[in-house]
Amino acid sequence: MFQITIAGAGLSGLSAALTCAEHGIECNLISVQPSERAQSVLAEGGMNAALDTMGENDAPAFHFQDTMKGGVFLADPNAVKGLTDAAPGIIRRLQSIGVPFQLKDGDLLLRPFGGQKKRRTAYAMSSTGKIVMNALIDEARKYEAAGLIHRYDHAEIIEALTADYHLSEDYPAAKGRDIEDNFPAPEDPFISEGRRDTFAWTSSLKEKNVKAVSLKKMSGIKVRDTHTGKISEFPAPVIVCTGGIAGFFTGLTTGTTANTGDFTASLFEKGVQLGNLEMIQYHPTTVAISGKRLLISEAARGEGGRLFIKRKTGSSGWENWYFMEEKYPELKNLMPRDVISREMYRVMHSEDCGGQVFLDMTHLKKETWDGKLADLRKEVMSYLKLDPAKEPVPVSPGIHFFMGGILVDARHRASMPFLWAAGECACQYHGANRLGGNSMLAAVYGGHIAAEDALTFLNSGKMNLWTGNENEPCVNGDDPNVNVGELRVKGYDTRVNIGELRVNGGKPRVNDGDPRVNSDEQPGNADEQSNEQTDTSGRQKKGIDCTQRVRPSFGKKLTNILYEGLGIYRDEAMMNTACNRLSALEKEAATNTERNRILLGKAMLYSALERKESRGAHSRTDYPERRDEEYQKTTVAEYHNGNIRISFRDIPLQS
Amino acid sequence: MRILKKISLRRKENKNSGKEYNGAIPQLRIDILRRNGLDCEPFWQSFEYTPRDISETVASALTRLNEQEELQDINGNPAGEIRWESSCLQKKCGACAMVICGKPMLACDAVLMELKQPVRLEPLRKFPVVADLMTDRTVMFRNLKEMEAWLEDKAEPSEKKNAFAHEASRCLQCGCCLEVCPNFMPEGRFFGMASMVPSSRILNWESVNQNPAIKDQYRYHIYDGCGKSLACQNICPAGIRIEDLMSRSNAAAVWRASSGKKSRGM
Ligand SMILES: Cc1cc2nc3c(=O)[nH]c(=O)nc-3n(C[C@H](O)[C@H](O)[C@H](O)COP(=O)(O)OP(=O)(O)OC[C@H]3O[C@@H](n4cnc5c(N)ncnc54)[C@H](O)[C@@H]3O)c2cc1C
Ligand code: SF4
Ligand code: SF4
Ligand code: FES
Repeated sequence: MFQITIAGAGLSGLSAALTCAEHGIECNLISVQPSERAQSVLAEGGMNAALDTMGENDAPAFHFQDTMKGGVFLADPNAVKGLTDAAPGIIRRLQSIGVPFQLKDGDLLLRPFGGQKKRRTAYAMSSTGKIVMNALIDEARKYEAAGLIHRYDHAEIIEALTADYHLSEDYPAAKGRDIEDNFPAPEDPFISEGRRDTFAWTSSLKEKNVKAVSLKKMSGIKVRDTHTGKISEFPAPVIVCTGGIAGFFTGLTTGTTANTGDFTASLFEKGVQLGNLEMIQYHPTTVAISGKRLLISEAARGEGGRLFIKRKTGSSGWENWYFMEEKYPELKNLMPRDVISREMYRVMHSEDCGGQVFLDMTHLKKETWDGKLADLRKEVMSYLKLDPAKEPVPVSPGIHFFMGGILVDARHRASMPFLWAAGECACQYHGANRLGGNSMLAAVYGGHIAAEDALTFLNSGKMNLWTGNENEPCVNGDDPNVNVGELRVKGYDTRVNIGELRVNGGKPRVNDGDPRVNSDEQPGNADEQSNEQTDTSGRQKKGIDCTQRVRPSFGKKLTNILYEGLGIYRDEAMMNTACNRLSALEKEAATNTERNRILLGKAMLYSALERKESRGAHSRTDYPERRDEEYQKTTVAEYHNGNIRISFRDIPLQS
Repeated sequence: MRILKKISLRRKENKNSGKEYNGAIPQLRIDILRRNGLDCEPFWQSFEYTPRDISETVASALTRLNEQEELQDINGNPAGEIRWESSCLQKKCGACAMVICGKPMLACDAVLMELKQPVRLEPLRKFPVVADLMTDRTVMFRNLKEMEAWLEDKAEPSEKKNAFAHEASRCLQCGCCLEVCPNFMPEGRFFGMASMVPSSRILNWESVNQNPAIKDQYRYHIYDGCGKSLACQNICPAGIRIEDLMSRSNAAAVWRASSGKKSRGM
């Protein structure tokens, strides 16, 4: 029996796991922390679907148009069509597993969101992510108990494992023959539907008299139990759902510290293609708080919040300038995020303005505060110590979302066999700029599609479904890497033995080993302490390895470099400086994970350098124009033979 | 609502007390109970730390201490990376729960300047330590499975039930309530509020949709063991109205279940 390995347990991972379980197929659901801690629980505003419950004649076709336009036509139209068509069904399905979306007269209440002309964002208070996650977690628990979902929720994925396989006209016989390594692939062998030209490729090999080519496939992932330090391996097929790369911008994003991006970096190092890495979304309304940026949800503007800045008037006074309303009379404060962030950047740097942009919600009705925005108000009050119902909130743009990531086709297949990706780690649906409310939707939908495709693929038992080569072997044939059974739990124990909790003869309080813990005694004086520390260094070496893979000091340096190079506005000189500084930092890299971060950081900068135009989230002062002819394409980054290669690939035609 | 008010009041006081520090932020001492693993001896280690501003949290201080090139303790001895868990840094994921100055709290919710000095950090005590401030809270997730907290059948959306469902969805699985609960023991039969809150969401739906076992589990693992002192509600960093949820769930799982079919609608 096959098992599918799902890496990451946020919305997309849970969605993939549920899809497998509903088909009766077992899966391993692996995450560094339990689902309750995934970034998905932070989502506030809601999920888009053209449910048309507001009497505005909405339809999936309009949702499709808004998504394509919001992404400035970089997204794969076929994939987006699948997403927007499926959206209403997804919301209904979530309702059926108990998600309490806001209702009015028994049907769904939808709110307006940025970049969309109609109201189509379903929500649950201002904690949509948390509430949707809860329902999915409960649902997954049912299948965990039934033995279909095997959860590993303190398992950090530290490395992607690949294996060679051989592509030839008659595969098994080719084994052991001369394999021409690194045969230059004509374009890419594995690409999205419609361009699956492996056949052409194999015949071109024939012409050149090459018997077989060695290629890489995903064979599994290496995982470290963060509680014991034990390393284990889980086999392919793998669906990656590890979220965005917030960890490359520590302290500067609205996201979580757990989404390090290191697994994406490891995949990249192993040759997996990444797309549109330069597309980083700056959310217009964020606030710096201790250790991160706090998001003020788009719902605030959806419910009527207005952006303004103080501007000098002719006489000596100041006026509130509602710049978005003046410049964009149709969508006003609900323009797509890239547009607002750029406008804010401009007015903030304008001579006759006060420098600080404010979000004014003081005119909102009491019902709105008590119901729809209650959580938001509580949060702002607790972190900023100001009441948004009484005072405008000072806001500025901050990094929020990564449109780019693991390149996948409409079925969520990545560029390497046995690898799928979904959710924020994947490059799909959002093009050059994501619309608010589309990414929760994309995570749920993408996880489902990826799992469905993986199941079809596995059911067929044939690799040729992937490569298009009839002569490929069965997946479960002679390939030990795909045979799941014994490999699954190599060295990994999910259950803590309760007996182990007992320390010192059966007392359950775990810290009782230290007499000082439960007494009120303060730590001793300095002398005693230094005595203690003399054997500290000895102890330091014992114990389990649960330090971070990337030294925080190193991570911070990388963050500073990337943040300078990849701001809201970019130019060549800025990015070249960042590249040089990264190369210098490379010498300090001490672990593979650190080296991989540098590699992915460079790929981001190179992608941004090569896209010599301005589009969506990528704005260049040296190339301010949008240039469809050259760049209405997907930026593809690939690591090959020690070099990062950037190329541009056509967007699939709408079928 | 009552809880909400309490919180905002507390914040106000904090704000005022914070203002006294305007201008000069003093250097603080942070004492951390360190341990390299369950089988290693715990020991206290002190650090000097100057908060960046008056609102800096313990979570941010831990991050910045770890960002130092060579972390040293107060005596200049090298100290290895301080191990702790975080994710959201905004009180929404429960990862960073630890005992701060004797009280279980979220590190991302604990403002340094508002704490008793020196600031003492210890891991949660009811759970096995993994290392330093990181604990193994697996038992909480296992208990939820034991509770059989899931729906068997489709839920029907209902405006009436939404408010309750929202409240019941707010548990962070942080474990602070278990830390203070006199009746919860990791291997015990009583599962505490960390299991009650998520279960109440399931009990909220029509009884036909529930997994029938959940009521039995509820009585056995929650109702029977709770002393109703509500220490848990006072400590809950999410401010969940535990009392409300519990009385509704008791009604659904205990009273109504035993007195036959009374109003199924709740
Ligand atoms: C503050 C905020 C508000 C948002 N609001 C909205 C909104 O209103 N509407 C909307 O549509 N979208 C919103 N988003 C975006 C949306 O929440 C995310 O894009 C989406 O939830 C991503 O889901 P995911 O499954 O891809 O990843 P995540 O939920 O981030 O999950 C990633 C998973 O991978 C695991 N993981 C990561 N790295 C590793 C590793 N190395 N080893 C093991 N496990 C690993 C994590 O533990 C986690 O389980 C918001 C995002 C933020 C930050
Ligand atoms: S009311 Fe008391 S006994 Fe019951 S869970 Fe809360 S703290 Fe524990
Ligand atoms: S009930 Fe409150 S204290 Fe207990 S785990 Fe949930 S959020 Fe934490
Ligand atoms: S880090 Fe999420 S609650 Fe503190």
